[in-house]
Amino acid sequence: MSKNKLPDELLRFIDEWKDKRGNLIMVLHQVQEHFGYIPREVAFEVADLLNVPVAKIYGVITFYHLFKLTKPGRNRIAVCMGTACYLKGGEDIILELERLLGVGINTVTPDGEFSMEAVRCIGCCGLAPVMTINGEVYGNVKKAELTKILKKVKGGK
Amino acid sequence: MNMIELEINGIPVSVKPGTSLINAAKLVGVKIPTLCYHSDLEPWAACGICVVKVEGSPKMLRACATAAGPGMKVTTHDPEIVNVRRTVLELILSTHPNDCLQCSRNRNCELQTLAEEFGIREVPFEKRLRDLPVDNSTTSIVLNPEKCIACGRCAKVCQNMQGVWALEFIGRGEKTRIAPAADVTLDESPCIKCGQCTAHCPVGAIYEKDQTREVWNAIEENKKHCVVQIAPAVRVAIGEAFGYEPGEVLTGQLYAALRRLGFNAVFDTNFTADLTIMEEGAEFVRRMTEGGVLPQITSCCPAWTDYMEKFSPDFIPNFSTAKSPQQMLGAMAKTYYAQKAGVDPKNMYVVSVMPCTAKKFEVSRCETMTSSGFQDVDVSITTRELARMIKQAGIDFRNLPNEEPDSLLAEYSGAGTIFGVTGGVMEAALRSAYFLITKEDLKDVHFMDVRGMKGVKAAEVDIKGTKIRVAVAHQMGNVEMLLNQIREAKAKGEETPFHFIEVMACRGGCIGGGGQPHGATDAIRAKRTAGIYTDDEKSVRRCSHHNPMIKKIYEDFLGKPLGHKAHELLHTGYQERKVYKK
Amino acid sequence: MKFTRDTLKTHRDSLRVVKARTTVLVGMGTCGIAAGAKAAFQTLEKAIADKGLQDVVLKRTGCLGLCFAEPTVEVKNANGTSTVYGNVDAAFAERIVTEHLATGTPLTENVYEQPAADLFDEDAAPLKQMRIALRNCAIINPEMIDEYIARDGYAALEKALFEMTPDEVVKEVTDSGLRGRGGAGFPTGRKWMFTKNTPADQKYIVCNADEGDPGAYMDRSVLEGDPHSVLEAMAVAGYTVGANQGFIYIRAEYPLAIDRLNLAIKQAKECGLLGEKILGTDFSFDIELRLGAGAFVCGEETALLASIEGNRGMPVPRPPFPAVKGLWGKPTVINNVETYATIPMILLKGSKWFNSIGTATSKGTKVFAVTGKIKNSGLIEVPMGITLREIIYNICGGIASGKKFKAAQTGGPSGGCITAAFLDTPIDYESLQSIGSMMGSGGMIIMDEDDCMVDVTKFYLEFTVDESCGKCAPCRIGGRTCYNILDRISKGKGQPDDLQKLKDIGHAMRKASLCGLGQTAPNPFMSTMKYFEEEYRAHIEDKKCPAGKCKDLLTYTIDEAKCVGCTACARRCPVSCISGQVKKLHVIDQSKCIKCGQCYEACKFDAVKKG
Ligand SMILES: Cc1cc2nc3c(=O)[nH]c(=O)nc-3n(C[C@H](O)[C@H](O)[C@H](O)COP(=O)(O)O)c2cc1C
Ligand code: SF4
Ligand code: SF4
Ligand code: SF4
Ligand code: SF4
Ligand code: SF4
Ligand code: SF4
Ligand code: SF4
Ligand code: SF4
Ligand code: FES
Ligand code: FES
Ligand code: FES
Repeated sequence: MSKNKLPDELLRFIDEWKDKRGNLIMVLHQVQEHFGYIPREVAFEVADLLNVPVAKIYGVITFYHLFKLTKPGRNRIAVCMGTACYLKGGEDIILELERLLGVGINTVTPDGEFSMEAVRCIGCCGLAPVMTINGEVYGNVKKAELTKILKKVKGGK
Repeated sequence: MNMIELEINGIPVSVKPGTSLINAAKLVGVKIPTLCYHSDLEPWAACGICVVKVEGSPKMLRACATAAGPGMKVTTHDPEIVNVRRTVLELILSTHPNDCLQCSRNRNCELQTLAEEFGIREVPFEKRLRDLPVDNSTTSIVLNPEKCIACGRCAKVCQNMQGVWALEFIGRGEKTRIAPAADVTLDESPCIKCGQCTAHCPVGAIYEKDQTREVWNAIEENKKHCVVQIAPAVRVAIGEAFGYEPGEVLTGQLYAALRRLGFNAVFDTNFTADLTIMEEGAEFVRRMTEGGVLPQITSCCPAWTDYMEKFSPDFIPNFSTAKSPQQMLGAMAKTYYAQKAGVDPKNMYVVSVMPCTAKKFEVSRCETMTSSGFQDVDVSITTRELARMIKQAGIDFRNLPNEEPDSLLAEYSGAGTIFGVTGGVMEAALRSAYFLITKEDLKDVHFMDVRGMKGVKAAEVDIKGTKIRVAVAHQMGNVEMLLNQIREAKAKGEETPFHFIEVMACRGGCIGGGGQPHGATDAIRAKRTAGIYTDDEKSVRRCSHHNPMIKKIYEDFLGKPLGHKAHELLHTGYQERKVYKK
Repeated sequence: MKFTRDTLKTHRDSLRVVKARTTVLVGMGTCGIAAGAKAAFQTLEKAIADKGLQDVVLKRTGCLGLCFAEPTVEVKNANGTSTVYGNVDAAFAERIVTEHLATGTPLTENVYEQPAADLFDEDAAPLKQMRIALRNCAIINPEMIDEYIARDGYAALEKALFEMTPDEVVKEVTDSGLRGRGGAGFPTGRKWMFTKNTPADQKYIVCNADEGDPGAYMDRSVLEGDPHSVLEAMAVAGYTVGANQGFIYIRAEYPLAIDRLNLAIKQAKECGLLGEKILGTDFSFDIELRLGAGAFVCGEETALLASIEGNRGMPVPRPPFPAVKGLWGKPTVINNVETYATIPMILLKGSKWFNSIGTATSKGTKVFAVTGKIKNSGLIEVPMGITLREIIYNICGGIASGKKFKAAQTGGPSGGCITAAFLDTPIDYESLQSIGSMMGSGGMIIMDEDDCMVDVTKFYLEFTVDESCGKCAPCRIGGRTCYNILDRISKGKGQPDDLQKLKDIGHAMRKASLCGLGQTAPNPFMSTMKYFEEEYRAHIEDKKCPAGKCKDLLTYTIDEAKCVGCTACARRCPVSCISGQVKKLHVIDQSKCIKCGQCYEACKFDAVKKG
């Protein structure tokens, strides 16, 4: 493990937050933002840099659903399964996406292009059912539109 | 101090501020059931068994974590409370295997006891067990997550008391489990095998690796000459398994029991504790007088050695190279005793009975543990395991006569026996160091400053003008502070704040070891400690160097402390280890 | 520039010299943007430029709350009238410019009612909604501090610092009767007093912006539309209790709110309204953000503090309460976003004014997010004491697609449902509790006759099981056990004593769970079992789902009398289990049917029956 493994901007961030109390979660966010997940060796390095036990880091990572230990797809689909979206058919959207992508929830498609997960309310319940792709919100999603949306996203990259 | 007045079940009580409702209830003769609470730890308040009603609160409150407040009106039980407790218990049991018969905690399990007390005959809810693999990767302890009730004690012990952080809650919700980080096994984790988790687990989810079968097999094998040793702290705790009060000194019965189990020779680790003092004391005097690395730090606790090698390898030069008493006895048995008794060491089998799970690890921790040409100690079992063996053999422990050990490796001084408590090694060392430095004997052998339960004890000892500053730490998590103090002084180029440091990984020292009978609290530790000091007081000789057998072994066999032979058989070395092996 | 008291006043006065100009406001909350507000904004911008309309001001704001009609655009005409347009796509945006703005005559299509009158507008006619917490949302540009200042922003802080002692602030807040809007409804003034009266070298102010309840987005809207109101109130709280550091714990799922808060903090610091020596006084107060990471339980205050400290968000028992022993063991005020957003108005308009709104025990207004099977889903702010009927039928246009109202769930997944019998109960903390629900944070989910209460309850429980922190046995184990019981009931495998089991476990969870999550997790099934026992019994005893929702209990049959043999159903059936000749009766092979419901949707003749 070498210190050089972490990109500079991450090291700068860690340096800036090093002495602030309660920095761990903020640093992990930054790591995930950078890698899309929290790679094992980075977790160990963060432990080192922040002087926090590795076990504590894993305790935290595995407690919070946003933190991922495995690499997600290039395009991350998150379908809202909050109450409003559930009542308006969020589940059907998931089923349809599973059918279109050929993989189940929380898995990455074999080509690494997409990964899909169910999330809790993203606060756009008025537009239910809602999903996000790479952070961009899609409201009033209809099953029939999904193919088009996926195509567009894939093409757009 | 202003006392707090409250009412429990209508009975007025007055308690010191900060007293929990559990302890307040004891004053009115009520034992509130608990499962996650342990008096060593801050209440984590997880299980929900200890709930009580407090007037004015719509919810039930957790008695373990609620401090008595002025004017509180508490109800500790009524039909509703009992029902809620029972339902919670049923829920816990619905995710727990019905495995009592094959469980290390059978008849001594906090969950089982509660289930019995609540008269649970069937669990009305669906059974859901968790199919998680058992981790028996270490030499010392086994983690069976299926039996874990997520009380958190082990993690809190490992993190807060021991400062090791081998265990943590991993995952969330119903998937929460206790495990090392990053999917490694316990053996690959920073675990130091102190076994404190096993001593604190209320159920049979973390327990000592049972090696009694190996011992029985060795005894059974005719050509094996089986030798056994018992550690200082075992004699004051083993009785708890047979209905004695903690702290009862049962050395004579233990010798008798071991002989009846079929051991060919019964020895006492206290003897090699005296021997350790001779070596370690000489080493200390040499460091003091010849300008060696100071402070010298004791190394007889293998959990502590493991900790130092992993977390503070910068202190390797400070470590006494003297082996621990367990290992010295093994080495002496397979060389000196083997010679005297005319036994081929190849056919000798050395068993030690220790209060300790880390000792199981120590027997093979590095190549110097085979100084006799064979593994010096073949197997190390805990007090708990020995108690089971005695029961298996049907030995009526309470009615055993006092017997004597076998000669050569058993006679001990008071200094040897106090190795079992925190401060004991230091006190024993000082008793002999005084002699080694001044060639005079102490009038008063008691060093009260290094005794007691304070996490770090510091004292200055005046040896005829030579001021020796000593410190004693117990409970692993307390040591870092001490080490930092030394590091700081070193960084600033100041004189070392201490010359001699004793460290024991377990709270209270080995009497509170991870292999001792379950249920240790500070009250029980105090009784065991008192037992140890009684043993010391009633010893004819109080200093290691007065032990005639020690003199004899040097004359007959070893030569002189730190001599060539002693070095070969009684000393070891240390190396940096990675905290995570994988 | 760092303001002093005087320069702030002059600055505010200068901002108030309003030019009578036409203002076009585009709602650009996350919701609006998701619905296409960016496109609308760009079109408006371009069209206004193309037309050379000099005195039209185009502004981004937070949202109006008309989620059902997003994107929304409001045109405030120079003469004081105003028009709200909904569903503004690019084409319609073009028309707003070319027709309305260019001619001065509003369009008649896509026009919606103004939801609420502006609190600052003395002459405004009263409307059904009353906006205190949302007073600036959809009016100011949240990214410009001046727009906040112009509307008396930071005047409450100024008043507190220069004209009030901490005790007077506590008294004012206490007298107002304000109760926490995060759910529990604890009197805010008392909370502040506890912290104020606890001596400590360091105290903290924390804003709870975790908003984890699915179906609730009041706080997001405030933070996106009016972030300074929260900052100002936190500074007031800091001054009152003697704290100089504040933290906003905000869920990472709200990126826009996070950006706007960061910007607002930066601007406030530049203006000397946060940071060292605020407005030249000796009072210093700083605010930092801390992000959540996807754990609903972190909305619970002790778990939230654990999370800010960088730990697993596991609750600890109270007492001691955070007000006395909170963040890093120091006295800490924790309030909800909406609670804070209300504070400046209380200080400026007085406790009497606030206290006069609402019911005997619940004062002021409450923001609700009304979603589900409601026609006009959206965000509303109404005085306490309003009835559910008024909300559903008068403000939100009734049930969508004309179905029958069945129940409303308030208080999120841990709340309870309100049935038609209670439509006229005035909404306040106590009365909601007395009918087995709770105020909660303000999510209000409307269900109609198509929703099955067993199914919905199961859904809620799945949420709490998933979000349980796992610390305590009643919640960790009890929740899953209850979920599994509900699951088997919904699959027709319910057992006669299942309802009793649910009650027993529910009781134990309420009493013995450590935190509010476990204590309230049984609410949905406890309340639905009470009000919809028949529906549960139908599932258990008759193996029927009256609402036709629980898949395993459905059978699809074809009505001989109605089937015309159009074959549509057979063509759609994914497992080809419908047989029948063209123009002849079709029949479903029940042994093969997977109950997907496609045939039901396909049949134009209402011949496929579900039941
Ligand atoms: C499981 C759980 C989740 C909660 N989530 C939130 C939340 O998302 N936002 C919030 O303001 N309060 C939430 N609360 C309530 C807080 O614990 C706390 O009472 C509140 O933030 C206090 O602020 P207030 O007095 O202004 O309401 C939650 C409580 C529980 C038990
Ligand atoms: S842990 Fe206790 S209850 Fe569980 S199987 Fe072992 S003895 Fe029985
Ligand atoms: S206690 Fe019961 S289950 Fe256990 S061995 Fe005896 S009879 Fe069998
Ligand atoms: S044996 Fe000691 S170090 Fe290892 S897990 Fe248990 S408490 Fe931690
Ligand atoms: S292993 Fe034992 S001590 Fe650790 S959490 Fe589980 S039950 Fe508690
Ligand atoms: S203190 Fe004693 S019992 Fe504990 S680990 Fe060390 S040697 Fe073993
Ligand atoms: S009630 Fe649930 S969420 Fe709350 S502490 Fe217990 S397990 Fe965690
Ligand atoms: S419900 Fe689905 S599977 Fe069954 S008959 Fe209709 S279309 Fe076919
Ligand atoms: S779609 Fe309706 S009408 Fe047509 S064949 Fe099927 S059941 Fe008959
Ligand atoms: S429930 Fe889906 S956005 Fe709120
Ligand atoms: S003993 Fe109090 S909660 Fe477990
Ligand atoms: S319009 Fe913004 S919350 Fe719906």
